[in-house]
Amino acid sequence: MNIVACIKQTFDTEAKIVIDNGQVSDQGVNLIVNPYDEFAVEEAIRLKEKNGGEVVVVSVGGDKTQEALRYCLAMGADRAVLIQDPALDNTDNIGCATALAKLLAGMEYDLVFCGKEAVDDGAAQVPSMLAEKLDLPQVNVITELEVADNQATATREIDGGSEVIEVQLPVMLSAQKGLNEVRYPSLPGIMKAKRKELKVVSLADLELSADDVAAKTELVAAELPPARKAGQVLTGEVEEVVAQLVKLLQDEAKVI
Amino acid sequence: MKVLLAGDNVSGLAEELKKFGPDEIAVANSDQLADYTTESYAGVLADYIKQENPSLVLLGHSAIGKDLAPRVAARLGAGLVSDCIKINVDGGDFSFVHPIYAGKAIATYKVNSAVKMATLRPNVFPIEEAEGAASVVDFAPEIAASRTKVKEVIQQAGDRPELTEADIICSGGRGLGGPDGFGLIEELADTLGAAVGSSRAAVDAGWRDHQAQVGQTGKVVSPNLYIACGISGAIQHLAGMGSSKCIVGINKDPEANIFNVADYGIEGDLYKVVPALIEKLKEVNG
Repeated sequence: MNIVACIKQTFDTEAKIVIDNGQVSDQGVNLIVNPYDEFAVEEAIRLKEKNGGEVVVVSVGGDKTQEALRYCLAMGADRAVLIQDPALDNTDNIGCATALAKLLAGMEYDLVFCGKEAVDDGAAQVPSMLAEKLDLPQVNVITELEVADNQATATREIDGGSEVIEVQLPVMLSAQKGLNEVRYPSLPGIMKAKRKELKVVSLADLELSADDVAAKTELVAAELPPARKAGQVLTGEVEEVVAQLVKLLQDEAKVI
Repeated sequence: MKVLLAGDNVSGLAEELKKFGPDEIAVANSDQLADYTTESYAGVLADYIKQENPSLVLLGHSAIGKDLAPRVAARLGAGLVSDCIKINVDGGDFSFVHPIYAGKAIATYKVNSAVKMATLRPNVFPIEEAEGAASVVDFAPEIAASRTKVKEVIQQAGDRPELTEADIICSGGRGLGGPDGFGLIEELADTLGAAVGSSRAAVDAGWRDHQAQVGQTGKVVSPNLYIACGISGAIQHLAGMGSSKCIVGINKDPEANIFNVADYGIEGDLYKVVPALIEKLKEVNG
């Protein structure tokens, strides 16, 4: 079973956001594998461990993204491909999906995994765009998965519940928290990862032009949300404080 | 403004939609649309957009909208901004406001394709009713077969509101001390008709299902009232609920970060404060 897992390198979720000249600054920010993509990589590795085959982890990014891919190799992925090109620096989700789709079109796979969204732009676009470009069926936001006899049965989160979807392989699946418990790379895993193949390809290697991956959305400016001020701390006996709170919620905040 | 209404046995809903003031309602009614499947619905929506050639296409940032919008955008080559909290209209030009890093920053985007697409965050845009004189037309494209099949739909137990759409949310964190503490949070929530949320710490400890998690790796919510019980207020949690209209923090640690954002804070043992609060609310509600 050959599996491709798509990952994005993102800011650590503990990172404080600093805006510099209308853009989010990456100065001094700790970078991680997008947490939802870790669930995707973990699931891919588990399926490979059960069924044999190969896990290839792919990403679009820059020099630093190699660290994220090495991390996935240390978890147990077999090899990695990074699409790196100056023309991708300012692209958007459709540009990334186009580049990934072209890379995957030249590969053999039974399953494509993504995280359900990235914790940076939270757009949840690339998985479905990639599936469309590859003409694959898609099941997004999955929390359970069974794969047998060339068929996947996936439980997907929907508003107010979940639904169970059946689909023949190949398919694109995007992972939600709860799908599995992500392993930490072992020391031998980290040592082995150093010798695993990490290939860097350019747009030219994929026979794509800068126009092919041009952004259709453009970030005009980013700003910090209005800061919340600390309000009042209510003090006194529990009964008094609670009565005070209920009155404030009714009369001042008018929310109950 | 035109509305596409798709599904099986949905024609009756067109009347419902009229009161929101569209000019035309196109009804795609087919038993092939009984279940939501990406491919069948994507085909219908893409065909409708090709027919109407609108400048702007809006969907909800719901489970369906999130699944459908990027698929259709990729098919049509349309630029898409997800999870918008505001759309600015300047002449014929649109800009789209979308929180990034789960609300730690707010970004404004332009879209450079002829057809522009956006999904809208639930519970943010006010709903206004208008004169309803819309014409209703049939839209009957050929419907693509879906390779995915819906085998089962499982409704969440209970009748509490969905987190992302709730007006009031009561959340519990590590300060509950264990999974049983959520019983108290549920009781408070039911007194207020609220949804129950959780911090990441409580989810990671296995006390609550991840569907309840509020924060950067959970749900982003903006209720009128958010009551945080035993939640310290880690930056990734604050990102997910910082746009709530009113925040109440109940925590026994006076240094807890939640007090830096709470409109009203109560320093104290939540196992004393919350039962008293439930009592008081019941008394007030009669």
